[in-house]
Amino acid sequence: MLELRSLSKQLGLFTIADLNLRLNHGEYFVLLGPSGVGKTVLIEMVAGFITPDAGRILCEGQDITNSPPEARDFAVVYQDYALFPHLAVAANIAYGLRARGVQSKQAAARVRALAEKLNIAALLNRRVGGLSGGEQQRVALARALAPRPRLLLLDEPLAAVDIGLRARLRHELRCIHQQTGTTFLHVTHDPDDALYLADRVGVMLEGSIRQVATPQELFRAPSDAAVAEFLGMRNIMTVDSASEGVCQVGRVEIHAALADESTSYVWIKPEEILLSRQPFDSSARNQFRCVVAGWENSGPLLAVRISSGDLTLTALVTYESFSELGIDAGTELYCTFKSSAVHCF
Amino acid sequence: MKRVEGLTHSYRFSWFALILAALGSGVLLLIVAPLAALVLSTSFGELSQAAADAQVIQSIRLTLSAALTATLISTVAGIPLSYVLARKEFFGKTALLAIIDLPIIIPHSAAGIALLTVIGRRSLLGSVTGGLMGSAAGIAVAMAFVSVPFLINAARAGFLAVPERLEKVGRSLGASPWRVFFTVSLPMAWRDIVSGMILMWARGISEFGAVIIIAYHPMTTPVMVFQRFNDYGLAYARSVAVLLIIICVAIFVVVRFLARPTQEAQDA
Repeated sequence: MLELRSLSKQLGLFTIADLNLRLNHGEYFVLLGPSGVGKTVLIEMVAGFITPDAGRILCEGQDITNSPPEARDFAVVYQDYALFPHLAVAANIAYGLRARGVQSKQAAARVRALAEKLNIAALLNRRVGGLSGGEQQRVALARALAPRPRLLLLDEPLAAVDIGLRARLRHELRCIHQQTGTTFLHVTHDPDDALYLADRVGVMLEGSIRQVATPQELFRAPSDAAVAEFLGMRNIMTVDSASEGVCQVGRVEIHAALADESTSYVWIKPEEILLSRQPFDSSARNQFRCVVAGWENSGPLLAVRISSGDLTLTALVTYESFSELGIDAGTELYCTFKSSAVHCF
Repeated sequence: MKRVEGLTHSYRFSWFALILAALGSGVLLLIVAPLAALVLSTSFGELSQAAADAQVIQSIRLTLSAALTATLISTVAGIPLSYVLARKEFFGKTALLAIIDLPIIIPHSAAGIALLTVIGRRSLLGSVTGGLMGSAAGIAVAMAFVSVPFLINAARAGFLAVPERLEKVGRSLGASPWRVFFTVSLPMAWRDIVSGMILMWARGISEFGAVIIIAYHPMTTPVMVFQRFNDYGLAYARSVAVLLIIICVAIFVVVRFLARPTQEAQDA
């Protein structure tokens, strides 16, 4: 549906280099990347506000690299929703219809139908000034969808709302996508958005797309350590060699239930690492002597950095265990974790 | 007891508050005292006599209409420039902004002389138009020259306050740059533009230096105040001045009221 071919742009601090991407008809594509990676620049290139330095943008086989925004038939929803403050809700939603020459009567009918679908019919005569975050998002979506665009571009639409509302709006986004069947391109820094919303996810790091996969594939098998770290995986280790059930990381041998010859990285959730003063017998297959390198607050828990030979790991402990174990820099401890806690990719 | 405590608290002596109050009153007095003295020293009889004077009425009408013409034409011509100055970055923009402010800083009699060299009888433009000296058109040009920076700067501030994102959204919804300008940028900047127009009009009405060099006749009211003061003395000048002040204040109050920010604009 949409194809980006070797797209490049240098703009201030942002660099996008040789970016390739292909979107399928009707899919919900989430482009995931940390802030400052140039996601908004990419959205604005696709929308036609920024001209790429090199490369081409194709939509349904047609080259639109140099088409003006109004000729592309795309719609943008921004993080702050960018509603027109001088217009009532109904006039906001009707804007794209009127711009395309739809008669006011037909436009009003379409506005009403959309507003009912999105549950904002009661707001149509209101000004946008007093709307809540959720109402604003629905009005912005209705306005974007009213002219039936070929592609909906969403720039961090959930970043500005608080956590409770975010989950609800996320759910609404998915419902709206399913109802309309429009192709969505949603950029975000939040892996949860990708996990919950995406048909496919692209991970964008340092100006290029590192991996494109379904959310399940992505979280099961990130393409490299940087992608894994961005997805929230911790204690990622590069495996030197691996066989059935065992991985060699430097001079340390780690038991990993699901390891095989193809394993190139392993990671362990910090909360699955046990720390103790003495070694103990248990079903856990991995136990090492280690030294505390440092520690810091991590919300309700403490993150303790430990090193054991070539390994450096972070373990989460409660304040209570922290004082019972007498943890300080240089303290010698044992760390223990099950082979099933070692994730492989 | 409580009341006393409250009182001592709210009246607690503070050098800071005292100095603010003293300096502030000084400035206010500077503005209010001459105006109040002028209005109070003029009797109703003198005022109605001035209002019945055909020459006075003629000059007030000329002053208001010349300033209004200058403002309206400058608004149509100046809005695109203000928009470009708010939205685009280009080489020489800082210099251009400085040029627009020039009429504010140069002495207005000098501005009149400068204008004369362009629109006077012996100038290139003057040889085509027959010269604008001594005409209502010449007066309007002089007023526009000295007052147009107020309009341009206010309109530019208005456009700067319109988030560019809103224009982008409009474009992506299928609107042409023209349509976005007339349905988003202009309506949102309109209040600032109107207050720029009021400022420009006011500045045009009050202009004396540049106008008197372009046209002693037909006589604008500021020129007439000067002429009557010179020829007949304070009392004759005073009633004309008061009449002009009353009319200006009345008009500005009405226009400000019509262009007042609405509740939504304050919310937004």
